[in-house]
Amino acid sequence: MRPLLSKARAPGRAAVLRHGGYSRRQVYLLFLLPALLVIFAVIIFPWLFTIWMSLNDWQIGMQQSFIGFANFQKLATDTRFLETIPRTLFFTVLGVVAPLIFGVFAAEVFHQHFPLRGLLRGIYIMPMMTTPVAIALIFIMMYHPQLGVLNYLLSLIGIPPQLWIYDKNTVIPALVLVETWQWTPLVMLIVLGGLAALPTEPYESALIDGASRWDMFRFITLPLVTPFLMVAVIIRTIDALKSFDIIFVMTQGGPGTASETINIYLYLQAFAFFNIGHASAVVIVFFVIILTLAIILLAARERLRWTQ
Amino acid sequence: MDTVARLDALKLRLRRLGDRAALAFALFLVISPAVFVMFWMLSLAFKNEIDNIAYPPVWIPNPPTLANYKQVFERSPFGLYTINSVIVSGSATLIGLVLGVPAAYGIAKGKAMGMGMLIMVARITPGLSYLIPLFTLFRFLRLTGTLVPVAITHLVITIPMIVWVMISFFEDIHPELEEAALVDGCSIWRAFVSVSLPLARPGIAVAAILAFIQSWNNFIFGAVLAGRETRTLPVAVFNSMTYEQLSWGPLAAAALIVTLPTLLLTIFVQRHIVTGLAAGAVKG
Repeated sequence: MRPLLSKARAPGRAAVLRHGGYSRRQVYLLFLLPALLVIFAVIIFPWLFTIWMSLNDWQIGMQQSFIGFANFQKLATDTRFLETIPRTLFFTVLGVVAPLIFGVFAAEVFHQHFPLRGLLRGIYIMPMMTTPVAIALIFIMMYHPQLGVLNYLLSLIGIPPQLWIYDKNTVIPALVLVETWQWTPLVMLIVLGGLAALPTEPYESALIDGASRWDMFRFITLPLVTPFLMVAVIIRTIDALKSFDIIFVMTQGGPGTASETINIYLYLQAFAFFNIGHASAVVIVFFVIILTLAIILLAARERLRWTQ
Repeated sequence: MDTVARLDALKLRLRRLGDRAALAFALFLVISPAVFVMFWMLSLAFKNEIDNIAYPPVWIPNPPTLANYKQVFERSPFGLYTINSVIVSGSATLIGLVLGVPAAYGIAKGKAMGMGMLIMVARITPGLSYLIPLFTLFRFLRLTGTLVPVAITHLVITIPMIVWVMISFFEDIHPELEEAALVDGCSIWRAFVSVSLPLARPGIAVAAILAFIQSWNNFIFGAVLAGRETRTLPVAVFNSMTYEQLSWGPLAAAALIVTLPTLLLTIFVQRHIVTGLAAGAVKG
C-alpha cells in the first residue's frame, strides 16, 4: 500500500486534463464496470439470494414459504449442527498450527544458500498446486490400515499400525496431516518473503556477542517476521475453516459424524437432503463465524503493528 | 603458536562442515514428504495390481506397466472429461482475464479500495455458499447438464484471483511512464493498452496460471452442477473411486492424470509463482 498515497497526493499535469467530460478517476472506475456486472451476477446475487432463502422453508421440488427466522431457531437446537462447530474449530487450530511450525522451519532452511535451491524450492511448493481430490485419493491408499505404506513405514521404527481416518479419535489429525502436507508450502512462501526483507545488522551484532543460532531465531528472527506470520495465520485460518475437498473425498464426514465439519454438514443439507432453506441458514452462520475470526485476527495484526 | 592457529582453522572447518551437514539434513526433512507422496503416486500408477497391494510394499514398478491408464480410459470417457476440464478452466480463465485485468487496473489507479474489499470478502466466502443459489438459479433456467453453468461458476474462482494478483502488479508500475503518455495526448484507454498492459505481461501470465490451476483443481462446483457428460476431471476421479475400491493402480493413474498439468505449469512458472503469490498474499 505504501506507494499509493504519495502517488495520489502528487497531481501531475495530466490530472487536470478532462477525458470526454469525465474526471480521470471516473474513467478508471469505468474499467471496473464489466467485472462489476459479472461479480454482481455470480458473487453478490448469491449472497443476497442466500439471505432470502434462509428465511424460507425451501426444499427443492416443493413450494417454498416464508418462515422468518425459524431456520435459525431450528439450527440453535440442532445438536448435529452444533457439534460441527467445535469440531471445525479443532480442525482449524490444528490446520493452522502444524503448517505454521513446519512452514517457519522450511522457510529458515530455504533462506540459506545452497546449490540447486531454486529447483528444490520448486519441488517443495508442488503440493500446494496439486489437485486436492487426487491427493486425497493417494492418502486414502497410504492410510490403508493393512496394506498402507504409512503403517509399513511406522512398523520400521517400531510403532504399531494406526487406523488413521478409520478411527473416530484419529480421523481429524489424520485429515489435518493431509491438509498440512498440501498447505505448508504456502506458509513457507509467506515467511520466506518476510525473511528476505529482514535487516542484517541485528544478526551481525548478535554474532559478535556470541549468540547461539536458537537465540538469534528466538530473539531476532521471530519478532521481526511476526507480521508475516500473522498474514499466514489469517490465510490458513480462513482456508482451514473452509476445507472441503480432502474431508469429503476421504471420509465424507465419517466414521459416523466424527469428521463432519460445518462445510460437510452444509453440503449434506443442501445437496443430499436438498434442504435449501436450512442450508442457507447454515451458510450465514458459517460466514459469520469466518468473518468474526478474520476480523479478530486482523485486529490482532493491527495491534501487533502498533506495539512494535 | 603455529599449531594453535592451525587448530583454530581446523575447528572452523569442522564447524562449517557440521553446519553444512545439519543444513543438508534439515533440507532432507523438509523436502521428503513432498517427494515421497509424489513418488508413491507414480509408483502406484505404474505398478501392476499384485505389486500394488503387496505387503511389505514394492517400491519400484518392475516392469512398469501402462495397464492402469488403459483401464482408466476404457472404464469411463476420461478423454471427454479432460476436454471438459480444459474448456471449463480455459474459458473461466480467459473471461476472468478479460474482466479482471481492466478491473484490477481501475482499482489500482482509481483507488477503488472498496472494490478490493469486496474481492477480499469473496475470497473468504466458502465456495458452497455460491453454489446453493447458483444451483437453484441454473435449475430454474434449465441450464443444468451443460458446461455453461460449470464454467460460469468457475468465474467465482478466477475473477477474484486475477484481480487480487493484478492489483499489486499495476500498483508497482511506475506512474511516470503513463503520465508521459497521457500528457502526449493519449486517452486513458490507450495508455492502458499500450503502456501498462505490456508492462504487466509477466503479472498477467502469473495471474492466468494461478487462476487456471485453482479452477482446474476445483472439485465441488463440478460435483454439484455437472451431469454424466459434463464432469470435470476431479469429479471423474472422485467417481472412479466409488467403484474401484482396492483397484489402486487405475485410481493412482487417474489421480496422476488430473494433477499432472498443474505440476507441469508449476515447474514452468515456479519463480514467478513465488513472487506473484507472495504479492497477492502479503499485501492482503
